[in-house]
Formats: sequence, structure tokens, C-alpha cells
Amino acid sequence: MKLGTELRTMIDGVKDGRMDRRGFIQRMIALGLTAPMATQLLAIGGVAMAESPSAYKPTKRGGGGALKLLWWQGPTLLNPHFATGTKDQDGSRLFYEPLACWDANGNLSPVLAAEIPSIENGGLAADAKSVTWKLKPGVKWHDGKPFTADDVVFNWEYAKDPATATVTLATYRDLIVEKIDDLTVKISFKNPTPFWADAFVGAPNAIIPKHLFQDYTGDKSRDAPTNLKPVGTSAYKFVEFKPGDLIRGEINLDYHMPNRPHFDTIEMKGGGDAVSAARAVIQTGEYDFGWNIQVEDEILLRLEKGGKGKASYAVGGDTEFIALNFTDPNTEVDGERSSMKTKHPLFSDPAVRKALSLLVDRDAIKNVIYGRAGRTTANYLNGPEKFVSKNTTWEFSVEKAAKLLDDAGWKPGADGIRAKDGKRMKILFQTAINGPRQKTQAIVKQACQKAGIEVELKSVVASIFFSSDVGNPDTYPHFYADIQMFQIPMSQPDPAQHMRRYHSSNVATKANKWQGQNFPRWVNKDYDAAIDAAEGEIDPIKRAAFYIKANDLMWQDTVFIPAMHRLKVEAASNTLRPVLSGWANETDNLHEWYREA
Amino acid sequence: MSQYILRRLLIAIPSLLGISLILFIVLALAPGDPFSELATNPNVPPEVREALRAKFGLDDPIYLRYVHWLVAMVHGDWGFSFVSRMNVDTLILQRLSTTLYVIGSAQLLALMIAIPVGVYAATRPYSIFDQVANTLAFIGFSLPTFFTGILFILIFSVKLDWLPFVYSTDIKATGIHWIGEQIRQTIMPVMVLGLFQAASMTRFVRSAMLDVIRLDYVTTARAKGIGQRRVIIKHVMRNAMIPVVTLIALQVPAVFGGAIVTEQIFRIPGIGSLLISSILANDTPVVMAVTFVFACLVVLFNLIADVLYGWLDPRISLR
Amino acid sequence: MAGLTLASRSAERRTYSPLRETWRRYRRHKLAVVSAVLLLVLVAAVVLGPFLWRVGINEIDFTARLEGPSLAHPLGTDDLGQDILARMISGGRISLAVGLAAMVVSVLVGTLIGALAGMSRGALGHFLMWLTDLFLALPQLPLLLLLIYLFRDELKAAFGPEGGIFILIVVVIGGLRWMPVARLVRAQFLSLREKEFVEAARALGASRARQVIRHILPNALGPVIIAGTIDVAAAIIAESTLSFLGLGFPPDTPTWGRLLFDAKDYLDIAAHWALFPGAAIFIAVVAVNFIGDGLRDALDARRVI
Repeated sequence: MKLGTELRTMIDGVKDGRMDRRGFIQRMIALGLTAPMATQLLAIGGVAMAESPSAYKPTKRGGGGALKLLWWQGPTLLNPHFATGTKDQDGSRLFYEPLACWDANGNLSPVLAAEIPSIENGGLAADAKSVTWKLKPGVKWHDGKPFTADDVVFNWEYAKDPATATVTLATYRDLIVEKIDDLTVKISFKNPTPFWADAFVGAPNAIIPKHLFQDYTGDKSRDAPTNLKPVGTSAYKFVEFKPGDLIRGEINLDYHMPNRPHFDTIEMKGGGDAVSAARAVIQTGEYDFGWNIQVEDEILLRLEKGGKGKASYAVGGDTEFIALNFTDPNTEVDGERSSMKTKHPLFSDPAVRKALSLLVDRDAIKNVIYGRAGRTTANYLNGPEKFVSKNTTWEFSVEKAAKLLDDAGWKPGADGIRAKDGKRMKILFQTAINGPRQKTQAIVKQACQKAGIEVELKSVVASIFFSSDVGNPDTYPHFYADIQMFQIPMSQPDPAQHMRRYHSSNVATKANKWQGQNFPRWVNKDYDAAIDAAEGEIDPIKRAAFYIKANDLMWQDTVFIPAMHRLKVEAASNTLRPVLSGWANETDNLHEWYREA
Repeated sequence: MSQYILRRLLIAIPSLLGISLILFIVLALAPGDPFSELATNPNVPPEVREALRAKFGLDDPIYLRYVHWLVAMVHGDWGFSFVSRMNVDTLILQRLSTTLYVIGSAQLLALMIAIPVGVYAATRPYSIFDQVANTLAFIGFSLPTFFTGILFILIFSVKLDWLPFVYSTDIKATGIHWIGEQIRQTIMPVMVLGLFQAASMTRFVRSAMLDVIRLDYVTTARAKGIGQRRVIIKHVMRNAMIPVVTLIALQVPAVFGGAIVTEQIFRIPGIGSLLISSILANDTPVVMAVTFVFACLVVLFNLIADVLYGWLDPRISLR
Repeated sequence: MAGLTLASRSAERRTYSPLRETWRRYRRHKLAVVSAVLLLVLVAAVVLGPFLWRVGINEIDFTARLEGPSLAHPLGTDDLGQDILARMISGGRISLAVGLAAMVVSVLVGTLIGALAGMSRGALGHFLMWLTDLFLALPQLPLLLLLIYLFRDELKAAFGPEGGIFILIVVVIGGLRWMPVARLVRAQFLSLREKEFVEAARALGASRARQVIRHILPNALGPVIIAGTIDVAAAIIAESTLSFLGLGFPPDTPTWGRLLFDAKDYLDIAAHWALFPGAAIFIAVVAVNFIGDGLRDALDARRVI
């Protein structure tokens, strides 16, 4: 694969800016490729070509003993198509596999696929309207039946049937999956789809067996016995499942990857809280791996001292942000607060928004709360790398904020709180309940008070804050507060779905039952144009540029104040070598895990 | 008496129906959404959540949902969990034995501490023993289980490394070793919960004993030369048992309901942890089933307590 | 027989009014007197404290995080460098108020319902016991979420943000803890109403209200007082759970229970953080309990002190 290596270097060169695009394309044409094809090579450059070498060391299958995982929220079901949370995807992924998964560097690595589709191998169409996957031959389900293209096609049919009520419906409903032969499937898209690696990729889209589910589609889906006793293709065979408590599996001696898996049995225990999970892994070593250890760094550092494990981190694109409300949460219009017919009394002044941004002490939030698990940022979009803007900056300065407000005419009153035209600077700051969030609230409140802004804090139970309950005013889409803080996890190394939310057509209103995802109710024509353009753009460099522009527009308008770029934090025993990716579920690369003696 | 019990049992049916209706209304109206975890998943558009709500009948009017539930219940169908997509009775049965074992042991421990300590302290009010017992009891119920649980973990698991603090339902051992491990992992949760319960229970027992111990007939019994031990057990305790029986009747249903905080800290897969996660996930069928069984137990043990009152104090006339 | 004779004899002996008589008996109980003083001191400390200790409860100091007791911070600091003494003083106001008020609510409601159920021999008794069973069976968390969702804004509008939440919390905590009291009182009543001294009073033509207030209730108070004192601790702790669930005071309002909850994960790093609120709850609970003991002894007419 000499050509491949050379190509990779050149694509990296383009990404880093060492080589310009035109030069790259000219050289490709010189090599006998057409211009659109050369473009497409770049398109998949970040996605597919850079397969990272595996760090897997064991030279034989098994012998690694038991692997004990601790998920403080235990999986409650084991069918990836019904997985309401990432915990369920994690649990299902122990037994089911996708065609490919995201590795530690955010590149695709084949699992049930024989290879990653590319222009080179004919897997990707130049118009970005279809993908052809070659399946790995000789793969068997745990019951011995062969895995074929029929299974893949079945998953599409299963998921897109509204009567089955899958959560994967949206991934599959707008595409067509055909069987070409027993080991080849073709996915066709309605529109050019630059980010094609969604269907059948990653833990959320793991594949279930046709022969065990075909009699249980649509309304009968709930009766499938295999919903609770999965028969998959993975490295571990199912033994036992108790929802919310325990999953057990044992080694699959027929596994399709050489020398894998390393462990003889696997156990995933659920329940409890993050701090005690960290204790059980890092301090006492009762468990090998603890999931999602969202704990103050102070505590983790303490546990690590002389402990039996350590925290490990994976960089993804999750951003903890403070969103500003562009409408007035305190005025009711037609039975709806935060109505598009209103303007926020304070934030309609850009100076106030800028000042607020100056009052978020991101360094302190990092040092005191997130520690190693956070990176300060000015951007809403923090990954993958090629979509991250370099044009933005942030600063913390109470003095500058005060000056900005002074200059804009917001003068402190007798009680020290600023006001202008009878509008007092009092804001309600809401968030979901979670230790680090409450502390961030306290830090922001303190700085605001120093600058003459009164802040009332409110925290809402997560299950209500994130609910789609139309009648409840405490949900984040209602946004009946002036500012609110949370994060929207980025589950794929692509920003399309993420950035689409803030398109003006998506504003959350009473009319759409607050199902619109644009909760800040921010409307900006340039942003809409950038998003629309990005979605039809096949050229990856231009596409990235559009998303960077969209990010910069949000920064200029101070729609969001990013509090922290959050890393995934896991706890692992000192001997365990987990493979983690900021872009994938923790169990997505489980077949690569091993223990070093 | 048997006629009385029969009549009470017959009354229990409409009263449980009423309780179930109110339970259902509260759960249906309580804010939240079983699919809230999907809300921040950018791959799941809001329509999908809407479709799920419709599929599980969450958008139907409450009376219709209640009738559906009641009809299914009468047919022995306990419902179907939104979150786990399995039958509720399977889900509960999976956890019942652990709950009965751990929480039951804790309640037994509480009784075994509270009754002797309370009785002994009451026979010697304001003695050293009484003072110490009282102080310990005060500490016991001023410190919440979320705190003592962590304190125990720090001492016995982290510092001393004697006991595991993650409860396992899958102990890889057989015979005597299995029993040993089972006991080892139960010590801390049972102590935390048992001592907390024992603390308040001791105070009740002591107070109930004190109320009776000063009555004339006790003095009379003593004067007749009956031994202290016999006086206490035959004459005082029987009469002091009424509040104690009341408390025990209040506690027994809790054995089924589990102990949310303790189960959470030690990761005990009991009914309590199922209940709290189902409540937070708005998994109404599970919450409804658990609370309804709980309600039945409450009503049943109230009846048992009433029958016991009549036995303890024959003058109580039950009608 | 016993209660009647002794009670009337002590009434003859002196001409003290019942209130003074109670006070005289209460004073005999040394621990109870000390406890009453202690509770007063605690109340005075949290009421007057802010005037003496002028450090803000939300003053963050990143240079003084998790520090042990010192001159600048007599009780140390938490993980944001906030002064624990100031937070304890401020939190004590809420914790003590919530604890005592919720206790009063649960004892009053419980005693009333228990007494009515214990005296009634008809439908009312059955209904009240049904109500008790219903409240015992109700899962508290969804009910709380529902109540707060339904009434928070109305109460805020009527009593202001702090007052509204306070009323809601007291009603919620007290309103969900009266059931054991009701059951205990009813059980005592069932037994007491058949006792000779009540029968005697009935025979002498005492009205039902008089039977209850003068004869049955004082004898049924033992378990009620114990339940009430335990409720103080339970309410202080329950408040911390509520605010953790976002149902109580705003998240930056410190209360003793909340401080203890926040400190639990730092127990091996900064033990002082948990020690002081834990001790404060303990002292308050002990004080209330001994006052309860004293009251019981004082009200117990049979006991000659």
C-alpha cells in the first residue's frame, strides 16, 4: 500500500495547511485520478483512510481471566435498536457488533466489515450518494449460523418500521439498503451525504441477527425472547442479564478476529454513583474498569495516590456550555413564555452578552472542578480537529465586563445591581442537577455579583430537565430562564446533526410543542446559510469551513458561553489496557482490550 | 374475631382500588419522561420520541390508561416496562430475594438491638447504660445513611480492606465459601441500615416501657414478690408492646419496598434501587407495580397490627 | 384506676396551675433544662451569627480550598474556598426552622388524625386509617415532583421566593411524616379509651372532648414525643435530599443537611467539612430529644417528682 501511505501524508498535508488543495488535486490528476475523485479522497481522509495500527499485544485467544466492568448506571436492555441511553448501547455492544467502529483516534476500523469503504476500493460513490460495504467472510453468530448481507438488510427493515418503535429509526428511514451478494451490501442515500459512516457504524448501530428477530418485527418486537438473551457475533457470548444490575458473558472461542478476545469472562455491574465507582476501581481494585467517572479532579487525584488504578481520558467533542436566551422568559405571549414575539430585556444588548462571557472564569472552572477532564475553549464546536475554529478567543475579566456595561449605560443602582431604563440586571441561571454543574454555577454567580449582576440559581432533576414533557416548564427546550447550562454529547466525529439544531427553522416554540432544537431561539441568516451550504457540500475543506464559520457566528453573537470542552473520563486498573475513543461508546473497542501482567 | 378479619379484608378491596387510582393519577401527572435520555442524542430527532410516547400510550387520557392498567392487573398482567422492555413481574421477581435477604436482615438486626437495649435502659432510667444507649441512639438517627455508608466503606473497605463494598449477585464460590462471601458482603449494608433503624426503635421501646413500668399494677406485681425478670417480661413488656407492634407493622412493608439510599451506596440490586431508577426514568408500569404491592402490604400489616392489639390488650374491642 | 387517683391527688396537694406545675416538673429534669438552654444558644447563634461573623456565604476563594480550621476560617473551608462557619450559620437558620416546623406539622396532623381514628368507632375511623395507608403507600419522590411542579410558582408569588419554598418544604416534609404518629396515637387510644380511669371519667359525665384532652391524650403522648423528636432529625436530613433533587432551596443555599451531603465524598480529604454540620445536627437532635424527655416526664401526671 505504498500509494495509500503517500496519499495519507498528502491528505494530512492538506489538513495541516502544508500543502494547498489545488496542488493536491493536480498531483492526483497526474496520478490518473479525476478531479472529483481526488476531492472525495480528501472527503474520506479524516474518516477512513488513516486506520491506526492496533496496539493489541496478546498472542493467543483467552487466558486473561475475568474482566470486571463497573457502570454506575446499569444497562436496562440489550437490544441496540431500543437503547434509550448510552448505557444500553454499551451493554448491547458486549454481544452485538457493527460493521465498523471508531478507534481511539477517531478513525473507522472494520469489525464485521472486511474493509472500510473508500473511493480507492470502490466502496464510496463519487457523488456521495451510496456506500458499498464488503462483509467479512466466515463470521458466525454465537449460535453457529452464518452472518450474511441478509442480516444487514434485515436490520434496516427492522429499524425503519415505525411500528417497531426503534430509537435508530432516524438513522435508517431515509436510506435504502440492498443486498448485492451474500457478503456485499449497498446503502443508497437520497441526497449527497458527505458523512456516510452512520448506518451500521458504532455501538448504537450494532447488528442483530435476522434469524432470531424476523418473526418479531413491528408490534411483536416486544415479545422477542432474544431481546433479553442476545445472540450476537462479538468476542463474548451471553450468559446472564439482570436489568440495571448485572450482565455476564464468556469468551467466544469462534471469534472472527485472531488472538481475540483476551479475557475469559466478562461482567458488567450496574448501580451506585460515580465517586464510589472510582473508589472500587482506583482505590480498592475490586473492579477493573469504571465508566464515566464524572468526579471532581481533586477526589480522583486523591484516590490515585498509592491506588490500584488511574483515571484515563479520551478526547471527543463534548462541550459544557451556558446558553443565553434571546427571548424574554418572563413575559407570556399567547400562553408561551420565551416566545419568539419577545426580545430578551437584557440580552438584546450585545454588550450585556459580551460582558457575561467575560464573567465566566473558565480557568477556575477547569482548575477547581474538571481538572484533567476539561479544556478551556471559546468554541461551541470542539471536534473533530478539522472543524475547530482558530479564530476565536476568550477572556475572564470582571473589570472589562464592568467597563463594557458602564459604557453601554448599565449603571449600578443603590443596591449595587446595575440597571438601565428601569430594567434591573437580575438573571435566572438554571441547569440539571450534577455536582460539577452546581459548582460552576456558584463560580459564575460570584463573578457576576462582583460586576453588579444579580444571579438566581436553579437546578432541575435531570430526568425532568431533559424530558420532552410539553406541560413542564422546567425542561431545557422551554428555557424559561435567562441562561442555562448543560452539554449535548457529540456521539459521532461529525458536526452536521449537532450544528443543524440552531438553524432558525428549528426554534423551540409552543406551536411545535417545544420539539424544536434551537432552544436559545437565536436567529441568524448567515448561520442558516452556512448550515444549508455545509449540508450539500461534498468538498470536505469547504464543508469544514462552513461549520467553522457557523461556530464563529455563534461566538460573535455570544449565543453560547462554552464553559468547558469536556473529555471522557474513565477509571481503569493499572494493569488493564483499555482502548477508548472520544467518539465511541466505551465498549466499542472492547475486543482490543487486554491486561498486561 | 374471624368475622372481623373477614370484614376488614372485604373492606380492603375497595380501599386498595381507591389507593391504586390515586397512585396512578400521581404517577401519571408527575413531571418527567421515560425517554428523556434520548433528548440530547442528536441522532434521535424529536419525532422519534413522540412516536415512542404514542406507542406506549403515554399520550392517552389518564382514565383510559388507568382502566387499561386495572384490566391487565385483574388478568394477572403486571405491565410492561418502558425502559427495560420486559414484563414488570419478571423485573421485580429478579430482585425480590436480594431485597428480602438484605433489608430483612437489617430490620431483624434493628429489632434484636432495639428491644433488649430499650427494655434494659427503661428498667434503669438515667443510669450509665441508659445514657450511653441514648447518646448512641441520637448519633444513630442524626447521621443519615448516605453518610454512615461512606464512613463504613472508608473504614472497612479502604482502610482495613476487610469487606467488599460492591454487592454481587454472582459470587463465584460454592458451599461454605459462598455463604461466607454472602455474609461478608452483607455486613456493611445491614449494619448501616440496621443501626439507623435500631436507633429510633430503641427510643420508642424505652419510652413505651417507661410508660408502663411506673403503673401501679407493676408495683403491685413487684410487691407480690414476683421476680424482676418475670415482672418485666410478663407484665410490662406485654403492655408496652402496643406502640412497638405499631412500629413493626409500619416497618415490615418497607422490607419489600427496599432502602433506596443504602441499596444505592452498596449497589444492592434490590427493589429500592429498581424503584428509584424507575421513578427517575418515569417508568410508570414498574413504579405502579412496586407501589401497589407496597400498598397491599401496608393495608395487610395494618390489619395484622389491629388483630395483635386485641391479643395484647383484650380490652380493646374491634368492630 | 391508677391515673385517676394519682392525678387528682396531685391536683389537691398544691394550688399550682397546670402550666406552672408542668414547668416545676420540667425544671427537675436537669438534662432537659441544659438542653433547652443549648437549643436557645443554637437559635441565637444562627440568628445573631451573621452580625458577628461577617463573611459572605458565597464568597469563593480559590486560594483557600479545603483548608482545615484556622483563624481566618474557624471551621475551615469547602472545595470552593467558601467559609464553612458562615455557611453553617446561614444553613442553621433553615435547618433548625425546617426541622422544628416540620416536626410540629407532622405531630399535630398525626395526633389529630390518630386521635380521631382512635375515638371513632364508625366510618370516620375507617376513612382516616385508609388515608394513613394511602399516604404510607404513596411513593414520595413522584409526589414531591408533582407538588413542587403544581405549587412552586403560586407559593413563590404569594410568599416570595424564600418564604414560598420554606412553606412548601415544611408542608411537604411534615405532611409526609405524620402517618407513623397517627398510627401510634390511634393504637394508644384504642387501648386507653377502655381503661378504667377513662371509663370513670365517662361515668362522671365527662364530654368526649374532655375525655380525650384531659384523660387519654396526656397518657398517649409518650410515643408522640419520641416520634416528634426523631422527626426533627429526619426533617433536617430530608431537606438535604430535597435540595439535592432540586426541589428545595436554590442550589447555592447551604443547609446543614446539604453541607453534610456535599462533604461526604471529601470525607478522607477534608473531614472537617463533614464534621461540623454533622455535629450541629447531632447537638440539635440531642437537645430536642432531651427537651422531649423532660416534657414527657413533666406531663406524666403519674410520676411524682
